[in-house]
Amino acid sequence: MEKDEEQKRIEGDIEGLTSDCKRLEGLNALITGGSQGIGRRIALEFANEGADVAINDLSSQKEKANLVAQYIEGELGRDTWIAEGDVSDLDDMKKVREQVEENFGTIDILINNAGINRDSLFFKMEKEDWDKVLSVNLDGVFNTTKAFLDHVRESDQGRIINMSSVIGESGNIGQANYASSKAGMIGFTKALAREVVRDDVTVNAVAPGFVATRMVEDIPEKVKEKIIAQIPFGRFAEPREVARTVCFLASNDASYITGEVIRMNGGYYM
Amino acid sequence: MTEEKMEKKLHNKRALVTGASRGIGKEIANTLARHGADVVVNYNTSHEDASEIATSVELAGKETWVYPADIRSFQEVEEMKKSIEDNFGTIDILVNNAGINIDKFFTKMEKNDWETVLSVNLDGVFNCSKVFLDDLREAEGGRIINISSVVGQRGNLGQVNYASSKAGMIGFTKALARELVRDEVTVNAVAPGFIATDMVMNIPEKVQESIKKKIPMGRFGETKEVAEAVAFLASPSASYITGEVLKVNGGFYI
Repeated sequence: MEKDEEQKRIEGDIEGLTSDCKRLEGLNALITGGSQGIGRRIALEFANEGADVAINDLSSQKEKANLVAQYIEGELGRDTWIAEGDVSDLDDMKKVREQVEENFGTIDILINNAGINRDSLFFKMEKEDWDKVLSVNLDGVFNTTKAFLDHVRESDQGRIINMSSVIGESGNIGQANYASSKAGMIGFTKALAREVVRDDVTVNAVAPGFVATRMVEDIPEKVKEKIIAQIPFGRFAEPREVARTVCFLASNDASYITGEVIRMNGGYYM
Repeated sequence: MTEEKMEKKLHNKRALVTGASRGIGKEIANTLARHGADVVVNYNTSHEDASEIATSVELAGKETWVYPADIRSFQEVEEMKKSIEDNFGTIDILVNNAGINIDKFFTKMEKNDWETVLSVNLDGVFNCSKVFLDDLREAEGGRIINISSVVGQRGNLGQVNYASSKAGMIGFTKALARELVRDEVTVNAVAPGFIATDMVMNIPEKVQESIKKKIPMGRFGETKEVAEAVAFLASPSASYITGEVLKVNGGFYI
Protein backbone atom coordinates (compact mmCIF):
# COMPACT_ATOMS: atom_id res chain seq x y z
CA MET A 1 0.00 0.00 0.00
CA GLU A 2 2.71 2.38 1.16
CA LYS A 3 4.86 1.29 -1.75
CA ASP A 4 2.13 1.93 -4.30
CA GLU A 5 1.80 5.46 -2.97
CA GLU A 6 5.56 5.99 -3.28
CA GLN A 7 5.57 4.55 -6.75
CA LYS A 8 2.81 6.90 -7.83
CA ARG A 9 4.74 9.86 -6.51
CA ILE A 10 7.90 8.87 -8.32
CA GLU A 11 6.05 8.23 -11.54
CA GLY A 12 4.45 11.67 -11.19
CA ASP A 13 7.92 13.14 -10.76
CA ILE A 14 9.27 11.36 -13.81
CA GLU A 15 6.32 12.45 -15.90
CA GLY A 16 7.19 16.07 -15.13
CA LEU A 17 10.91 15.91 -15.92
CA THR A 18 12.13 18.32 -18.56
CA SER A 19 15.52 18.99 -20.00
CA ASP A 20 16.90 20.82 -22.97
CA CYS A 21 20.30 19.17 -22.89
CA LYS A 22 22.21 16.64 -20.87
CA ARG A 23 23.92 19.27 -18.79
CA LEU A 24 25.32 16.95 -16.14
CA GLU A 25 26.60 14.20 -18.41
CA GLY A 26 29.70 12.48 -17.06
CA LEU A 27 29.32 13.80 -13.52
CA ASN A 28 28.67 11.92 -10.29
CA ALA A 29 26.40 13.40 -7.67
CA LEU A 30 25.65 12.49 -4.08
CA ILE A 31 22.36 13.66 -2.59
CA THR A 32 21.84 13.35 1.14
CA GLY A 33 18.29 12.62 2.18
CA GLY A 34 17.68 11.59 -1.42
CA SER A 35 14.97 8.99 -0.88
CA GLN A 36 12.00 11.34 -0.67
CA GLY A 37 10.66 14.87 -1.09
CA ILE A 38 12.95 17.50 -2.54
CA GLY A 39 15.99 15.21 -2.38
CA ARG A 40 14.29 12.56 -4.49
CA ARG A 41 13.21 15.11 -7.04
CA ILE A 42 16.78 16.42 -7.29
CA ALA A 43 18.04 12.85 -7.72
CA LEU A 44 15.62 12.23 -10.60
CA GLU A 45 16.29 15.59 -12.29
CA PHE A 46 20.04 15.00 -12.07
CA ALA A 47 19.75 11.54 -13.57
CA ASN A 48 17.60 12.98 -16.33
CA GLU A 49 20.32 15.58 -17.02
CA GLY A 50 22.81 12.76 -17.46
CA ALA A 51 24.44 12.48 -14.03
CA ASP A 52 25.01 9.26 -12.15
CA VAL A 53 23.47 9.64 -8.73
CA ALA A 54 24.32 8.22 -5.32
CA ILE A 55 21.48 8.43 -2.84
CA ASN A 56 22.25 8.81 0.82
CA ASP A 57 19.64 8.25 3.48
CA LEU A 58 19.06 6.49 6.80
CA SER A 59 18.69 2.71 6.83
CA SER A 60 15.06 3.21 7.91
CA GLN A 61 14.43 4.78 4.48
CA LYS A 62 15.89 1.83 2.63
CA GLU A 63 12.72 0.80 0.83
CA LYS A 64 12.11 4.29 -0.50
CA ALA A 65 15.73 4.67 -1.53
CA ASN A 66 15.56 1.35 -3.36
CA LEU A 67 12.58 2.51 -5.29
CA VAL A 68 14.27 5.74 -6.37
CA ALA A 69 17.34 3.78 -7.39
CA GLN A 70 15.21 1.40 -9.41
CA TYR A 71 13.74 4.29 -11.39
CA ILE A 72 17.09 5.96 -11.91
CA GLU A 73 18.50 2.78 -13.41
CA GLY A 74 15.42 1.47 -15.17
CA GLU A 75 13.65 4.58 -16.47
CA LEU A 76 16.47 7.07 -16.73
CA GLY A 77 19.31 4.69 -17.54
CA ARG A 78 21.88 6.10 -15.13
CA ASP A 79 24.12 4.45 -12.56
CA THR A 80 23.14 4.74 -8.95
CA TRP A 81 24.22 3.59 -5.51
CA ILE A 82 22.42 3.67 -2.20
CA ALA A 83 24.79 5.13 0.35
CA GLU A 84 23.18 4.24 3.62
CA GLY A 85 24.32 6.39 6.52
CA ASP A 86 23.46 9.00 9.12
CA VAL A 87 24.71 12.47 8.19
CA SER A 88 24.79 13.45 11.86
CA ASP A 89 27.57 10.90 12.45
CA LEU A 90 30.97 11.78 10.97
CA ASP A 91 32.32 8.23 11.27
CA ASP A 92 29.28 6.97 9.44
CA MET A 93 29.84 9.44 6.62
CA LYS A 94 33.48 8.43 6.35
CA LYS A 95 32.34 4.85 5.90
CA VAL A 96 29.84 6.03 3.32
CA ARG A 97 32.66 7.69 1.41
CA GLU A 98 34.63 4.44 1.34
CA GLN A 99 31.60 2.54 0.08
CA VAL A 100 30.86 5.15 -2.55
CA GLU A 101 34.48 5.08 -3.72
CA GLU A 102 34.46 1.33 -4.00
CA ASN A 103 31.08 0.85 -5.61
CA PHE A 104 30.18 4.02 -7.43
CA GLY A 105 33.08 6.40 -8.02
CA THR A 106 34.21 9.80 -6.81
CA ILE A 107 31.73 12.60 -6.28
CA ASP A 108 31.74 15.80 -8.38
CA ILE A 109 28.56 17.33 -7.01
CA LEU A 110 27.56 17.15 -3.38
CA ILE A 111 24.01 18.13 -2.45
CA ASN A 112 23.56 18.63 1.28
CA ASN A 113 19.82 18.13 1.39
CA ALA A 114 19.12 15.93 4.42
CA GLY A 115 17.06 17.85 6.94
CA ILE A 116 14.50 17.43 9.67
CA ASN A 117 12.26 19.68 11.71
CA ARG A 118 10.97 19.43 15.27
CA ASP A 119 8.74 22.43 15.61
CA SER A 120 7.64 23.84 18.93
CA LEU A 121 7.46 27.26 20.51
CA PHE A 122 10.72 28.16 22.20
CA PHE A 123 9.31 28.04 25.71
CA LYS A 124 8.33 24.43 25.09
CA MET A 125 11.41 23.50 23.07
CA GLU A 126 13.61 20.98 24.82
CA LYS A 127 17.37 20.97 24.47
CA GLU A 128 16.97 17.61 22.77
CA ASP A 129 14.79 19.17 20.03
CA TRP A 130 17.52 21.71 19.45
CA ASP A 131 20.36 19.18 19.44
CA LYS A 132 18.58 16.79 17.12
CA VAL A 133 17.73 19.38 14.46
CA LEU A 134 21.14 21.05 14.58
CA SER A 135 22.96 17.73 14.42
CA VAL A 136 21.19 16.61 11.26
CA ASN A 137 20.76 19.93 9.45
CA LEU A 138 24.01 21.69 10.30
CA ASP A 139 26.48 19.14 11.69
CA GLY A 140 25.29 16.95 8.84
CA VAL A 141 26.58 19.52 6.36
CA PHE A 142 29.92 19.63 8.13
CA ASN A 143 30.22 15.84 8.30
CA THR A 144 29.22 15.12 4.72
CA THR A 145 31.32 17.93 3.30
CA LYS A 146 34.28 16.86 5.43
CA ALA A 147 33.99 13.30 4.18
CA PHE A 148 33.61 14.19 0.50
CA LEU A 149 35.58 17.40 0.06
CA ASP A 150 38.61 15.57 -1.36
CA HIS A 151 36.39 14.10 -4.06
CA VAL A 152 34.85 17.42 -4.97
CA ARG A 153 38.26 19.11 -5.07
CA GLU A 154 39.56 16.57 -7.56
CA SER A 155 36.66 17.22 -9.92
CA ASP A 156 36.84 19.52 -12.94
CA GLN A 157 33.40 20.79 -12.04
CA GLY A 158 33.29 20.53 -8.27
CA ARG A 159 30.06 21.73 -6.70
CA ILE A 160 28.67 21.85 -3.19
CA ILE A 161 25.05 22.90 -2.96
CA ASN A 162 23.39 23.32 0.41
CA MET A 163 19.64 23.18 0.76
CA SER A 164 18.88 26.00 3.16
CA SER A 165 15.42 27.55 3.63
CA VAL A 166 13.63 30.87 3.63
CA ILE A 167 13.10 30.19 7.34
CA GLY A 168 16.85 30.65 7.85
CA GLU A 169 16.47 34.23 6.58
CA SER A 170 12.98 35.25 7.71
CA GLY A 171 12.64 33.15 10.88
CA ASN A 172 9.34 31.52 11.75
CA ILE A 173 7.23 30.91 14.81
CA GLY A 174 7.95 27.56 16.41
CA GLN A 175 11.16 26.99 14.49
CA ALA A 176 14.00 28.47 16.56
CA ASN A 177 15.97 25.27 16.03
CA TYR A 178 15.21 24.84 12.34
CA ALA A 179 15.78 28.53 11.53
CA SER A 180 19.14 28.48 13.32
CA SER A 181 20.28 25.41 11.45
CA LYS A 182 19.23 26.82 8.07
CA ALA A 183 20.80 30.23 8.74
CA GLY A 184 23.93 28.39 9.85
CA MET A 185 24.07 26.68 6.47
CA ILE A 186 24.22 30.08 4.79
CA GLY A 187 27.21 31.08 6.90
CA PHE A 188 28.84 27.75 6.11
CA THR A 189 28.21 28.26 2.40
CA LYS A 190 29.83 31.70 2.29
CA ALA A 191 32.83 30.75 4.42
CA LEU A 192 33.61 27.51 2.58
CA ALA A 193 33.10 29.19 -0.80
CA ARG A 194 36.04 31.48 0.01
CA GLU A 195 38.24 28.58 1.06
CA VAL A 196 37.75 26.21 -1.84
CA VAL A 197 37.68 28.77 -4.62
CA ARG A 198 41.33 27.94 -5.33
CA ASP A 199 40.30 24.38 -6.13
CA ASP A 200 37.70 25.55 -8.64
CA VAL A 201 34.93 24.32 -6.41
CA THR A 202 31.86 26.51 -6.06
CA VAL A 203 29.74 26.43 -2.90
CA ASN A 204 26.22 27.79 -3.08
CA ALA A 205 22.90 27.47 -1.30
CA VAL A 206 19.30 27.36 -2.39
CA ALA A 207 16.76 28.83 0.02
CA PRO A 208 13.30 27.62 -0.97
CA GLY A 209 10.09 28.90 0.50
CA PHE A 210 7.34 26.46 1.43
CA VAL A 211 7.47 23.51 -0.95
CA ALA A 212 4.64 21.10 -1.61
CA THR A 213 6.28 18.03 -0.09
CA ARG A 214 4.81 15.65 2.43
CA MET A 215 6.32 17.78 5.24
CA VAL A 216 4.08 20.64 4.13
CA GLU A 217 1.13 18.50 2.99
CA ASP A 218 0.79 17.20 6.55
CA ILE A 219 0.14 20.69 7.94
CA PRO A 220 -3.55 21.12 8.91
CA GLU A 221 -5.63 22.60 6.09
CA LYS A 222 -6.47 25.78 8.01
CA VAL A 223 -2.84 26.53 8.80
CA LYS A 224 -1.91 25.82 5.18
CA GLU A 225 -4.38 28.41 3.97
CA LYS A 226 -2.91 30.94 6.38
CA ILE A 227 0.58 30.30 5.03
CA ILE A 228 -0.55 30.55 1.43
CA ALA A 229 -2.19 33.88 2.19
CA GLN A 230 1.27 35.19 3.13
CA ILE A 231 2.93 34.05 -0.10
CA PRO A 232 2.57 36.66 -2.85
CA PHE A 233 2.38 33.84 -5.44
CA GLY A 234 -0.57 32.32 -3.56
CA ARG A 235 0.77 28.79 -3.84
CA PHE A 236 3.53 26.52 -2.54
CA ALA A 237 6.60 25.80 -4.64
CA GLU A 238 6.69 22.56 -6.56
CA PRO A 239 9.63 20.22 -5.93
CA ARG A 240 10.36 20.60 -9.67
CA GLU A 241 11.10 24.29 -9.21
CA VAL A 242 13.58 23.60 -6.44
CA ALA A 243 15.29 20.83 -8.35
CA ARG A 244 15.67 22.94 -11.51
CA THR A 245 17.40 25.67 -9.54
CA VAL A 246 19.80 23.11 -8.07
CA CYS A 247 20.43 21.78 -11.60
CA PHE A 248 21.35 25.26 -12.77
CA LEU A 249 23.87 25.73 -9.96
CA ALA A 250 25.34 22.29 -10.61
CA SER A 251 25.76 22.94 -14.32
CA ASN A 252 28.63 24.61 -16.10
CA ASP A 253 26.30 27.57 -16.73
CA ALA A 254 26.84 28.63 -13.10
CA SER A 255 30.66 28.56 -13.24
CA TYR A 256 31.12 32.15 -11.98
CA ILE A 257 28.63 31.89 -9.12
CA THR A 258 29.98 31.09 -5.66
CA GLY A 259 28.99 31.93 -2.10
CA GLU A 260 25.53 32.77 -3.36
CA VAL A 261 22.15 31.96 -1.83
CA ILE A 262 19.44 31.68 -4.45
CA ARG A 263 16.10 32.49 -2.92
CA MET A 264 13.09 30.88 -4.50
CA ASN A 265 10.11 31.66 -2.40
CA GLY A 266 7.34 33.08 -4.59
CA GLY A 267 7.97 36.56 -3.21
CA TYR A 268 7.57 35.46 0.43
CA TYR A 269 10.87 37.02 1.46
CA MET A 270 12.89 39.44 -0.67
CA MET B 1 13.76 10.71 -21.75
CA THR B 2 11.40 11.09 -24.65
CA GLU B 3 12.23 13.28 -27.61
CA GLU B 4 9.35 15.73 -27.25
CA LYS B 5 10.70 16.64 -23.83
CA MET B 6 13.97 17.87 -25.33
CA GLU B 7 12.31 21.19 -26.06
CA LYS B 8 14.51 24.25 -25.75
CA LYS B 9 13.89 26.14 -22.56
CA LEU B 10 12.78 29.40 -24.20
CA HIS B 11 10.82 27.78 -27.01
CA ASN B 12 8.06 30.09 -28.34
CA LYS B 13 9.23 33.08 -26.27
CA ARG B 14 9.95 36.57 -27.53
CA ALA B 15 12.56 38.65 -25.78
CA LEU B 16 13.67 42.27 -25.89
CA VAL B 17 17.23 42.97 -24.82
CA THR B 18 18.13 46.64 -24.39
CA GLY B 19 21.68 47.73 -25.15
CA ALA B 20 22.20 44.48 -27.02
CA SER B 21 24.77 45.59 -29.56
CA ARG B 22 27.81 45.00 -27.36
CA GLY B 23 29.24 43.30 -24.32
CA ILE B 24 26.94 41.48 -21.96
CA GLY B 25 23.79 42.51 -23.86
CA LYS B 26 25.10 41.00 -27.08
CA GLU B 27 25.85 37.73 -25.33
CA ILE B 28 22.40 37.72 -23.71
CA ALA B 29 20.73 38.19 -27.10
CA ASN B 30 22.71 35.33 -28.60
CA THR B 31 22.20 33.07 -25.62
CA LEU B 32 18.43 33.61 -25.47
CA ALA B 33 18.24 32.82 -29.19
CA ARG B 34 20.29 29.68 -28.71
CA HIS B 35 17.81 28.62 -26.04
CA GLY B 36 14.96 29.05 -28.48
CA ALA B 37 13.72 32.65 -28.12
CA ASP B 38 13.06 35.18 -30.86
CA VAL B 39 14.97 38.32 -29.94
CA VAL B 40 14.59 42.06 -30.45
CA VAL B 41 17.96 43.76 -30.42
CA ASN B 42 17.70 47.29 -29.07
CA TYR B 43 20.67 49.60 -29.41
CA ASN B 44 21.36 53.30 -29.29
CA THR B 45 24.22 54.14 -31.64
CA SER B 46 26.10 51.04 -32.85
CA HIS B 47 23.97 50.07 -35.82
CA GLU B 48 26.57 47.82 -37.43
CA ASP B 49 27.16 45.83 -34.28
CA ALA B 50 23.40 45.43 -33.81
CA SER B 51 22.94 44.12 -37.34
CA GLU B 52 25.71 41.63 -36.74
CA ILE B 53 23.91 40.25 -33.71
CA ALA B 54 20.67 40.09 -35.64
CA THR B 55 22.46 37.93 -38.17
CA SER B 56 23.74 35.56 -35.52
CA VAL B 57 20.24 35.30 -34.00
CA GLU B 58 18.95 34.39 -37.45
CA LEU B 59 21.72 31.86 -37.84
CA ALA B 60 20.44 30.26 -34.64
CA GLY B 61 17.18 29.80 -36.56
CA LYS B 62 15.26 32.45 -34.65
CA GLU B 63 13.46 35.59 -35.69
CA THR B 64 14.87 38.95 -34.85
CA TRP B 65 14.13 42.64 -35.10
CA VAL B 66 16.63 45.42 -34.69
CA TYR B 67 15.49 48.72 -33.30
CA PRO B 68 17.46 51.82 -32.33
CA ALA B 69 16.12 53.80 -29.40
CA ASP B 70 17.57 55.94 -26.70
CA ILE B 71 15.87 54.44 -23.67
CA ARG B 72 16.29 57.72 -21.77
CA SER B 73 13.43 59.01 -23.86
CA PHE B 74 10.02 57.68 -22.91
CA GLN B 75 8.73 58.71 -26.30
CA GLU B 76 11.42 56.80 -28.18
CA VAL B 77 10.66 53.68 -26.14
CA GLU B 78 6.98 54.06 -27.00
CA GLU B 79 7.84 54.33 -30.68
CA MET B 80 10.01 51.24 -30.38
CA LYS B 81 7.09 49.38 -28.84
CA LYS B 82 4.86 50.34 -31.71
CA SER B 83 7.38 49.18 -34.26
CA ILE B 84 8.03 45.89 -32.46
CA GLU B 85 4.31 45.24 -32.20
CA ASP B 86 3.77 45.88 -35.91
CA ASN B 87 6.75 43.94 -37.17
CA PHE B 88 7.55 41.30 -34.63
CA GLY B 89 4.89 40.76 -31.99
CA THR B 90 4.46 41.12 -28.26
CA ILE B 91 7.24 40.59 -25.72
CA ASP B 92 7.38 37.83 -23.09
CA ILE B 93 10.82 38.57 -21.67
CA LEU B 94 12.24 42.04 -21.07
CA VAL B 95 15.96 42.24 -20.27
CA ASN B 96 16.87 45.72 -19.04
CA ASN B 97 20.54 45.61 -19.85
CA ALA B 98 21.44 48.97 -21.39
CA GLY B 99 23.85 50.83 -19.17
CA ILE B 100 26.70 53.28 -19.19
CA ASN B 101 29.35 54.49 -16.81
CA ILE B 102 31.09 57.84 -16.39
CA ASP B 103 33.60 57.18 -13.64
CA LYS B 104 35.01 60.02 -11.54
CA PHE B 105 35.72 60.67 -7.92
CA PHE B 106 32.83 62.40 -6.26
CA THR B 107 34.87 65.57 -5.75
CA LYS B 108 35.18 65.85 -9.53
CA MET B 109 31.80 64.44 -10.51
CA GLU B 110 29.59 67.00 -12.21
CA LYS B 111 25.83 67.01 -11.89
CA ASN B 112 25.72 66.19 -15.56
CA ASP B 113 27.72 62.96 -15.02
CA TRP B 114 25.21 61.96 -12.39
CA GLU B 115 22.20 62.74 -14.52
CA THR B 116 23.43 60.98 -17.63
CA VAL B 117 24.22 57.74 -15.83
CA LEU B 118 21.05 57.75 -13.78
CA SER B 119 18.89 58.50 -16.79
CA VAL B 120 20.19 55.60 -18.88
CA ASN B 121 20.66 53.02 -16.14
CA LEU B 122 17.66 53.72 -13.96
CA ASP B 123 15.14 55.89 -15.83
CA GLY B 124 15.72 53.57 -18.77
CA VAL B 125 14.50 50.65 -16.67
CA PHE B 126 11.41 52.62 -15.71
CA ASN B 127 10.69 53.57 -19.30
CA CYS B 128 11.06 50.12 -20.81
CA SER B 129 9.22 48.33 -18.00
CA LYS B 130 6.38 50.85 -18.18
CA VAL B 131 5.98 50.68 -21.92
CA PHE B 132 6.18 46.88 -22.18
CA LEU B 133 4.21 46.13 -19.03
CA ASP B 134 1.00 45.22 -20.84
CA ASP B 135 2.86 42.77 -23.07
CA LEU B 136 4.44 41.06 -20.09
CA ARG B 137 1.16 40.84 -18.22
CA GLU B 138 -0.46 39.18 -21.20
CA ALA B 139 2.41 36.75 -21.58
CA GLU B 140 2.26 33.32 -20.05
CA GLY B 141 5.02 33.54 -17.48
CA GLY B 142 6.21 37.07 -18.27
CA ARG B 143 9.72 37.96 -17.15
CA ILE B 144 11.57 41.17 -16.36
CA ILE B 145 15.29 40.73 -15.76
CA ASN B 146 17.35 43.74 -14.73
CA ILE B 147 21.10 43.71 -15.18
CA SER B 148 22.37 45.33 -12.01
CA SER B 149 25.97 45.11 -10.79
CA VAL B 150 28.08 44.09 -7.83
CA VAL B 151 28.97 47.78 -7.68
CA GLY B 152 25.36 48.50 -6.69
CA GLN B 153 25.78 46.14 -3.75
CA ARG B 154 29.22 47.05 -2.40
CA GLY B 155 30.03 50.43 -3.97
CA ASN B 156 33.29 51.22 -5.75
CA LEU B 157 35.77 54.07 -5.97
CA GLY B 158 34.87 56.61 -8.62
CA GLN B 159 31.40 55.20 -9.24
CA VAL B 160 28.98 57.06 -7.01
CA ASN B 161 26.67 57.60 -9.98
CA TYR B 162 26.96 54.08 -11.38
CA ALA B 163 26.61 52.43 -7.94
CA SER B 164 23.52 54.50 -7.16
CA SER B 165 21.88 53.59 -10.45
CA LYS B 166 22.64 49.87 -10.05
CA ALA B 167 21.47 49.82 -6.42
CA GLY B 168 18.35 51.65 -7.54
CA MET B 169 17.65 48.82 -9.98
CA ILE B 170 17.61 46.38 -7.07
CA GLY B 171 14.99 48.44 -5.26
CA PHE B 172 13.00 48.66 -8.47
CA THR B 173 13.23 44.88 -8.92
CA LYS B 174 11.90 44.07 -5.47
CA ALA B 175 9.11 46.65 -5.53
CA LEU B 176 7.84 45.76 -8.98
CA ALA B 177 8.11 42.02 -8.20
CA ARG B 178 5.55 42.50 -5.44
CA GLU B 179 3.20 44.38 -7.74
CA LEU B 180 3.32 41.97 -10.65
CA VAL B 181 3.01 38.73 -8.76
CA ARG B 182 -0.73 38.69 -9.40
CA ASP B 183 -0.06 38.73 -13.14
CA GLU B 184 2.40 35.88 -12.83
CA VAL B 185 5.19 38.10 -14.05
CA THR B 186 8.45 37.57 -12.19
CA VAL B 187 10.90 40.44 -11.75
CA ASN B 188 14.50 39.57 -10.91
CA ALA B 189 17.96 41.05 -11.21
CA VAL B 190 21.36 39.66 -12.07
CA ALA B 191 24.31 41.36 -10.37
CA PRO B 192 27.48 40.55 -12.28
CA GLY B 193 30.93 41.19 -10.90
CA PHE B 194 33.74 42.31 -13.21
CA ILE B 195 33.09 40.76 -16.60
CA ALA B 196 35.53 40.65 -19.51
CA THR B 197 33.78 43.22 -21.72
CA ASP B 198 35.30 46.22 -23.48
CA MET B 199 34.28 48.30 -20.46
CA VAL B 200 36.58 46.26 -18.23
CA MET B 201 39.27 45.36 -20.77
CA ASN B 202 39.85 49.06 -21.44
CA ILE B 203 41.01 49.53 -17.86
CA PRO B 204 44.83 49.85 -17.72
CA GLU B 205 46.58 46.47 -17.44
CA LYS B 206 48.00 47.23 -13.99
CA VAL B 207 44.63 48.17 -12.56
CA GLN B 208 43.11 45.04 -14.12
CA GLU B 209 45.64 42.91 -12.29
CA SER B 210 44.91 44.56 -8.97
CA ILE B 211 41.17 44.01 -9.47
CA LYS B 212 41.72 40.35 -10.30
CA LYS B 213 43.62 39.92 -7.05
CA LYS B 214 40.51 40.93 -5.17
CA ILE B 215 38.34 38.36 -6.97
CA PRO B 216 38.53 35.01 -5.17
CA MET B 217 38.26 33.17 -8.51
CA GLY B 218 41.25 35.21 -9.72
CA ARG B 219 39.71 36.04 -13.08
CA PHE B 220 37.05 38.20 -14.69
CA GLY B 221 33.75 36.57 -15.51
CA GLU B 222 32.88 35.71 -19.09
CA THR B 223 29.85 37.32 -20.69
CA LYS B 224 28.49 33.81 -21.24
CA GLU B 225 28.42 33.22 -17.49
CA VAL B 226 26.13 36.22 -17.04
CA ALA B 227 23.99 35.37 -20.05
CA GLU B 228 23.31 31.84 -18.85
CA ALA B 229 22.13 33.21 -15.49
CA VAL B 230 19.72 35.47 -17.40
CA ALA B 231 18.53 32.51 -19.49
CA PHE B 232 17.91 30.53 -16.33
CA LEU B 233 15.79 33.29 -14.80
CA ALA B 234 13.91 33.66 -18.09
CA SER B 235 13.12 29.96 -18.27
CA PRO B 236 10.24 28.00 -16.72
CA SER B 237 12.81 26.51 -14.31
CA ALA B 238 12.77 29.80 -12.40
CA SER B 239 8.99 30.03 -12.11
CA TYR B 240 8.98 30.39 -8.30
CA ILE B 241 11.78 32.96 -8.14
CA THR B 242 10.80 36.61 -7.92
CA GLY B 243 12.30 39.73 -6.35
CA GLU B 244 15.66 37.97 -6.28
CA VAL B 245 19.09 39.37 -7.08
CA LEU B 246 21.34 36.66 -8.47
CA LYS B 247 25.02 37.40 -7.92
CA VAL B 248 27.46 36.26 -10.60
CA ASN B 249 30.75 37.57 -9.29
CA GLY B 250 33.31 34.81 -8.77
CA GLY B 251 33.13 35.31 -5.01
CA PHE B 252 34.01 39.03 -5.18
CA TYR B 253 31.07 39.97 -2.97
CA ILE B 254 29.39 37.29 -0.89
